[in-house]
Amino acid sequence: MTAAAGGRQVSAAAGGQGGTLLLDISELAVRFGPVRAVDGVSLQLPPGPCGLGLVGESGSGKTTIGRAALRLVPTSAGIVRFAGKDIAGLRGRALQDYRRAAQIVFQDPDGVLDPRMRMGTTIAEALVAHRMAGRRAAAEQARDLLAEVGLDPAFAARYPHQLSGGQRQRVSIARALSVRPRLLVLDEPTSALDVRAQAAILALVGRLRAQRNLAYLLITHNLAIVSELCEQTAVLYLGRVAESGPTGALLGRPAHPYTRALRSAVPELGNSPAARVVLPGEPPDAANPPPGCVFHPRCPLAVDRCRAEVPVLRPVAAGRLAACHRAEEVLATSSASPGPAPASTAEDSPPGSTAAAPPA
Amino acid sequence: MRLAITGLQVSFGARRVVDVDELHVGAAEIVGLAGESGSGKSMTTLAVLGLAHTVGATVRGSITLDGTELTELSQRELREVRGRRIAAIFQSPATAFSPVFRLGSVVHRALRLHGMSRSEATEAASRAMRQVLLSPGLLDRYPSQLSGGQLQRVAIAIALALRAEVLLADEPTSALDVTVQAEVLEVLRELRDRDGMSVLFISHDLAVVAELCDRVAIMREGRIVEQGPATRVLSAPADPYTADLLAAVPVIRAEAGP
Repeated sequence: MTAAAGGRQVSAAAGGQGGTLLLDISELAVRFGPVRAVDGVSLQLPPGPCGLGLVGESGSGKTTIGRAALRLVPTSAGIVRFAGKDIAGLRGRALQDYRRAAQIVFQDPDGVLDPRMRMGTTIAEALVAHRMAGRRAAAEQARDLLAEVGLDPAFAARYPHQLSGGQRQRVSIARALSVRPRLLVLDEPTSALDVRAQAAILALVGRLRAQRNLAYLLITHNLAIVSELCEQTAVLYLGRVAESGPTGALLGRPAHPYTRALRSAVPELGNSPAARVVLPGEPPDAANPPPGCVFHPRCPLAVDRCRAEVPVLRPVAAGRLAACHRAEEVLATSSASPGPAPASTAEDSPPGSTAAAPPA
Repeated sequence: MRLAITGLQVSFGARRVVDVDELHVGAAEIVGLAGESGSGKSMTTLAVLGLAHTVGATVRGSITLDGTELTELSQRELREVRGRRIAAIFQSPATAFSPVFRLGSVVHRALRLHGMSRSEATEAASRAMRQVLLSPGLLDRYPSQLSGGQLQRVAIAIALALRAEVLLADEPTSALDVTVQAEVLEVLRELRDRDGMSVLFISHDLAVVAELCDRVAIMREGRIVEQGPATRVLSAPADPYTADLLAAVPVIRAEAGP
């Protein structure tokens, strides 16, 4: 699973490379009027069990990528392939199969669960709609699914308001799993939950991915969650991939100044905020992105080149891609703990002058 | 003690949702009130603001501000306290501002309501905007033209302009991105250090509480199960519930690469 650097040439368009991939997103662009919500993103996900984390702040495009992967928003460029097939071309039976094989879990389970429908019916409905079971068999399976997500099968008779937020999210996961998907898009699945409920849901996802061979896109703003559940992570900024790679290495030694700032902004128990990299200003307007690197107006390391030339997403270390002209320097000065801020110019700090600190 | 809560009980009919023996916030101190949803954190805020009755709750016990008993004030007297001496900011700053008015007009109205003249209000608003690291020019804009973090800082600026003694901050960064959250936390720290503001910081996020607060009270089912210096409570919790909460906080697992 890698996030591929497509560059300007659509490298995956030949199709042959998609053979073993479950999900192959190539040079995806999604526009809403003048807003470039997603602007040339390529991501790949092999069959499960595996997880790819999409992290970024509001407006980074992470949710839109998830929706585009499920054909829930119209794309303006690029190709999304599922099991080798361009999903834009799916019709009839093939589209139905795709709608079954790729499921989504939303942040707010209340948007999924009909307040007037019992939990068992809610889950069984999906099975019946996809003609995977008759009503009676579906009801039986619903009880098994409730048990699988750690709930009492007797909850089948309950209504949403009789469950806690964490329990309702378990039901929405059970419903997504009911039709035996191969791909899950988990869109901020724990952001609305209390910390203990969140921990339980994360543990559940970890268990289910192994038991059910799940592959998932995990969309979150929470770096700790991707570090727990995703082998690979892509950091998004203003609709583009800023950096991608194996999660532990990416968070331990960021190659992009944005990843480093994001990492240092996260409050952590036992860490003082003294070493924080504070980003000035706000993310730019996606309808009117700045020239050069879209991150340069807020970047503590920006030089003239960054203001003029768009950095291409390129390999910067084993398995690592970054879209930054100064990625090598950033990599060399990054440490596992959100430690000292990088020097503001290359002259102050030649590459490699600061050794990577051992993990905290 | 600037704000002192003693024997506070908030109930809906027979159901008691808050039962706090003792909680206080000193001058230039940030006290965290942490717990899960439904623990009574926000009802405590509403009670301090004298607004619990608006949601149908009854309040018993004592809440004092610099020695003045707030629960005995008339609604009219309370209006003088609320907003001016005790300011509040909430999770969603957008709901604090009417979308059809420029921010400046909302800020002005708040300041003039509390007795400032037109020119005093203009002056105080500009000064407060700069204190929260925003350009006073943003006051000419509409709420939709600002980010959530900027709006939250405008809400804080109103409290500053009125020289509020206590700020109740109810999950003020929960809806914000982490980089924006970092800015708001920095502003709150400055309020404490530079202006001597007392802050009651309500949050479910223990990592944020650990970073910001001097003391912390952990709330569960309406009661405070443990309180003390934030560094002590969050590193060596005395109550098993606190330990449970801490154990559930996800940590970033990172590797030092080659």
